[in-house]
Amino acid sequence: MSYRSHADLGGLDVRGPIVMEAEGELFHAPWEPRVMALVVAMGPTGLSNIDMNRATRETLPDYRDLSYYEIWLAALEKLALQNGVLGDSPPAPKQVLHADSVRAAINQGTSMSRPAARPARFSIGDRVRTDRREPQHHTRLPAYARGKLGLIEKIHGAHVFPDSNAHGLGETPQWLYTVVFEEKELWGDVQPLQRSVVSIDAFEPYLEPL
Amino acid sequence: MEVRVRALEARLTEKGFIDPAALDVLIDAYQTKIGPRNGAQVVARAWCDPEFRRWLLKDATAAIASLGFSGRQGEHMVAVENTADVHNMVVCTLCSCYPWAVLGLPPTWYKSAPYRARAVKDPRGVLQEFGVELPAATQIRIWDSTAEVRYLVLPRRPPGTQHLSEPQLADLVTRDSMIGTGLPRFHA
Repeated sequence: MSYRSHADLGGLDVRGPIVMEAEGELFHAPWEPRVMALVVAMGPTGLSNIDMNRATRETLPDYRDLSYYEIWLAALEKLALQNGVLGDSPPAPKQVLHADSVRAAINQGTSMSRPAARPARFSIGDRVRTDRREPQHHTRLPAYARGKLGLIEKIHGAHVFPDSNAHGLGETPQWLYTVVFEEKELWGDVQPLQRSVVSIDAFEPYLEPL
Repeated sequence: MEVRVRALEARLTEKGFIDPAALDVLIDAYQTKIGPRNGAQVVARAWCDPEFRRWLLKDATAAIASLGFSGRQGEHMVAVENTADVHNMVVCTLCSCYPWAVLGLPPTWYKSAPYRARAVKDPRGVLQEFGVELPAATQIRIWDSTAEVRYLVLPRRPPGTQHLSEPQLADLVTRDSMIGTGLPRFHA
């Protein structure tokens, strides 16, 4: 059974205006900042990770009908249920975020860099082709960049691999590359020509040598 | 929605996962301390200090951290410089990845379907909606943030600003100019 993400929007024919927003106009309802903070504060509990969060959000069947903080809330509720957080014998949190540790937690962040298990397969300037297969699980290779020819532009070291981390299968770090695609390769003969190039950050298993 | 969120917060607090006081501090941090004025300081410094500019383009995470901005959603930073030939624009087609450490929380349009769908395929059309018209010869480079690398656009310094101080320059740097959907304000 293939995996269906409702969040993979690049290149789709989505109508409707891009609604401008002033700097500092952060929230549009009093509950929105609460949801943002709940999601951030649940991070240190270790019950889920960023890739599980994304996988849960993007597979919500009504993803496209919800506002962004509604998506965050629905996924938070779903994960809380799945993890037994709201049950009679909830798992123990790894850590609970308290007021006096918020600034330190924000400033520290969560690095996704990991030691590499083996040397990088590709070098800068290499031509590669991205995986053309339909994903069977969470992935960070967008559909518009599937089965396309690109060029390795930068190597970011090894990072946590979302495809496994999202499904509780471990971090299995993989080399991460910036891969650049010509507009013609991605979209064919679009008119008018944009004179653009697009890059994605792609994990090594997404790429085949040419 | 209000009731639903309050109920979830109460349950998570009761079960010992959430300290509501921490939520207040988090919200205050993103409302008053961590926002695009941080990024504007980075840009203004790069405009004034060639050494810092070189460092920023080579190792953005370290250069930005030297100004005190680091951490959550800024762990792996890359700065991309606009030139006469290339204009950079950042998107996350898969979700809403955004450099929180320098720009704060993303605007709603950045997370919305129209921007995410069109930025990669019709960047000139998108820029027009933002009132930005680039020369036909300018190449547009779109950075789709598909992993944990976060991108900050270093816009071009507006002409006629040689006499301005670093804080005055920072005032010209808009949030959108650091996403690549806008240009810095011109100095009147």
